[in-house]
Amino acid sequence: MLRVRNLDVAYGQRLALRHVSLHVDRGEVVALIGANGAGKTTLLRTVAGLQRAAAGSVAFDGQDLTRLPAERVVALGCSLVPEGRQVFATMPVRENLLLGATVQYRRGKRREVEADLARVYQLFPRLEQRAGQLAGTLSGGEQQMLAMARALMARPALVMLDEPSMGLAPLVVKDLFRAIQVIRAEGATVLLVEQNARGALRIADRGYVLETGRMVLTDGAEALLQNRDVQRAYLGGEPSAAQEGERR
Amino acid sequence: MSDAACWQPEIERMDREALGQLQLERLEATLTRVYRTLPFYRQRFDAAGVDPDGVRSAADLRRLPFTVKDDLRRSYPYGLFAVPLREVVRLHASSGTTGLATVVGYTRNDLRAWADAVARVMVAGGVGKDDVVQVAFHYGLFTGGFGLHQGAELLGASVIPMSSGHSRQQLRIMQDYRTTALCCTPSYAMHLADELIEQRVPRGALSLRVGLFGGEPWSDAMRRQLQEKLQLTATDNYGLSELMGPGVAGECGEQRGLHLAEDHFLAELVDPASGAPVAAGQVGELVLTTLTKEAFPLIRYRTGDLTTLSTERCPCGRTLARMGRVLGRTDDLIIVKGVKVYPSQIEAVLVALEGADPHYQILLTRKAAMDEATVLVEVSEAILFDEMRRQSGLRETIARRLADELGVSVAVKLVERKSLTRSDGKAVRVVDQRGA
Repeated sequence: MLRVRNLDVAYGQRLALRHVSLHVDRGEVVALIGANGAGKTTLLRTVAGLQRAAAGSVAFDGQDLTRLPAERVVALGCSLVPEGRQVFATMPVRENLLLGATVQYRRGKRREVEADLARVYQLFPRLEQRAGQLAGTLSGGEQQMLAMARALMARPALVMLDEPSMGLAPLVVKDLFRAIQVIRAEGATVLLVEQNARGALRIADRGYVLETGRMVLTDGAEALLQNRDVQRAYLGGEPSAAQEGERR
Repeated sequence: MSDAACWQPEIERMDREALGQLQLERLEATLTRVYRTLPFYRQRFDAAGVDPDGVRSAADLRRLPFTVKDDLRRSYPYGLFAVPLREVVRLHASSGTTGLATVVGYTRNDLRAWADAVARVMVAGGVGKDDVVQVAFHYGLFTGGFGLHQGAELLGASVIPMSSGHSRQQLRIMQDYRTTALCCTPSYAMHLADELIEQRVPRGALSLRVGLFGGEPWSDAMRRQLQEKLQLTATDNYGLSELMGPGVAGECGEQRGLHLAEDHFLAELVDPASGAPVAAGQVGELVLTTLTKEAFPLIRYRTGDLTTLSTERCPCGRTLARMGRVLGRTDDLIIVKGVKVYPSQIEAVLVALEGADPHYQILLTRKAAMDEATVLVEVSEAILFDEMRRQSGLRETIARRLADELGVSVAVKLVERKSLTRSDGKAVRVVDQRGA
C-alpha cells in the first residue's frame, strides 16, 4: 500500500533522512521506532506531503506521492495524526471531528459522516461525553483521542500516528493502543511512530528501527522485541524477570 | 502440480516487486549495520572508496568488494561477529575439508529464521507434519544435522536424529520406524541404497516417500538412480555453513531448480575469473549477501559454487528465483595436463555405466613434474574378486568413456566398496597430493 524508496530529506545542508526505504501492506500495523531526532517525524511528514523529499520516492497504492500537496495526499486516503495533538482549541469537540470529515463531504459522502461520528464516539466514549466542550479544555489524553478520531473521520486507508503516547499517563496510553487495535480490526492500516517501543511493537506486525536518519533494522515485531540491540537501546535494557512476567 | 503447499506462502509467493522492496530495505539496514559495527567492512569499503550509502539498489551492490573464504579464515574465530558473544546462542563451524575451519554464530532470531528457511525447503520437497524424518547428516559443528533437524521439528514432523554413519543401524531404523523422509548427502543416500541391495532388503520393507539430498553437487542421472533404488521422490537442496547451513535454497516438486530464500539472501552470479556479472541465463559463481542475519552478516560472499539463476515463474506458484543444480565448485576445478576437469563430469560417466558405482575419488599426483590423475572407483566385491578379465574390461571401459568426456586420459583404479574417504558424510571427490 505504501512504498517508500531511497528517501533523502534535508533541512538546509543537513540530511535528516538518508536512503530510507519502508513499506506498509494493507491491513498491517507497522511500528517505526528510534530515538529523538532519528528522523521518524520527518519520514511521516514527507509521506504526508508536508515536507519535500530531496531524492527517492513515495508511492501510495501505486500512485506517486512524492510531489503531491498535503491535501491531495489526504484525499487519496492517507492521514497523519501529528505529534502534540494540534486540535482546534477554541472549537467544540464535535466541530473538530466534523472538520476531519471535510474530504468525505468533498467525496459526496455527507450521509456517511453521521455514521462515522457514531463510530468514533463508540471508539472513544469520552469524546461523546464532551462533544460540546471546547477542545482546549480537554485533558492531554482526550486531546490525543480527539486528534486520532478526527483523522479517522476522513475514512483513511492508511493512518499515520506520530508519537500518540507522548506525555500521557500509562492508563491512557493503554486505551489508545487498544483503540489502534480496534481500528486495525476494522480494516485500517497503521504506520505508528513511537518512542514507547515496547508498547508499539506489541501491537505491531512489523517494525523498523531508525537511527540518525538511517534505517538500521527491520524485522517482525516479535523478533525486534527479542533483538538485544533493540532491547538495550529502546526497551530499557535487558528484559528483566518482571518484564518477562508482564509479557505473559 | 500447481499452488503446492508452502511453509511461508506470504514470502514464497510474494509479488516480485514487493520482494524487491523488502530486499532493498533489508540491504540498506544490513550495510549500515556492518559499516558501523565491523571494522573489517568499514576498512574494506573505505579502501575501495565506496560509501555504503551510495548503494541504492541491488545493482549498486556491485560497487562493493567481495568477501571470500580467506577473509573468514583470517577473522578466526570471532572477528566477523556483528554482535557481542553473549548474544550468540549457537556456534557452528564449516567442515574445514578444504582448509582451516570458519566459525559462524547465531542469535536467537538467526536460529528462528534458519528453522523457518529449512521448513520451507522441507515442505517444498514434499515433507509434511505426518512424516517420519530421518536426518542422516552429521550432528555437530557441521550445520547439516542440526539445521535440518530444527526445520523438520518446526513443521511438526517426527524427527529421528540419526546423524551420519552406521549404515546398518540406519537401515534397521528406517524399516522399524517406518521412515518416510530421508535427509542426507546424495552420496550417502547412494551408499545406503547399495547397502540395501547387499543386505537383500526387499523393496516393500521401506516406507520412504521423499528424499531431501544436499551438501554436495550431484547430477540428474544420480537423481534417477536414487529415485529408482530407494523408491522415493528426490529433491536437491542447497546451503553453506558460512551463510547459515541448509535452507538457503531447495527444489519444489517440479524438480527444476532450487527456490532461493531471497528474503534472507540477495543473490548475484559473477564470472569466477573477472568478478563481473554474467549475462542472463549463463553459468556463474553464486555470490550471496545476507539480508537478515544478526550475528554473522556477510556482504557479497563468494560461495565458490557454479550455477545459473532464473526468475521465471515456477508452475508450483512460488515466485522466489530458482538457482540451477550446482554444477561444481570453482575450487573443484582441477587442471589435468592443462585440461579443465570438473568432478561432476566424472560422476556423469560413472552413473551411466553398469557395474561401477558413482562413488569415486580423483587422486592427483606428480611424477617428475608431470601431473597424473587417477580416478578411484568403488565397485562391488563381486567384480573385485571376479576373474581378472571382467575386471580389466570394466576398467578399460571406464577409462575410455572418461577420456571421451574429459578430453584427457586418466588412469582408473577399481577399489573396494566403502574404501574411499568421507567427511561428515560428504564424499571427498578430490585428493591432491601434488603439493610438495
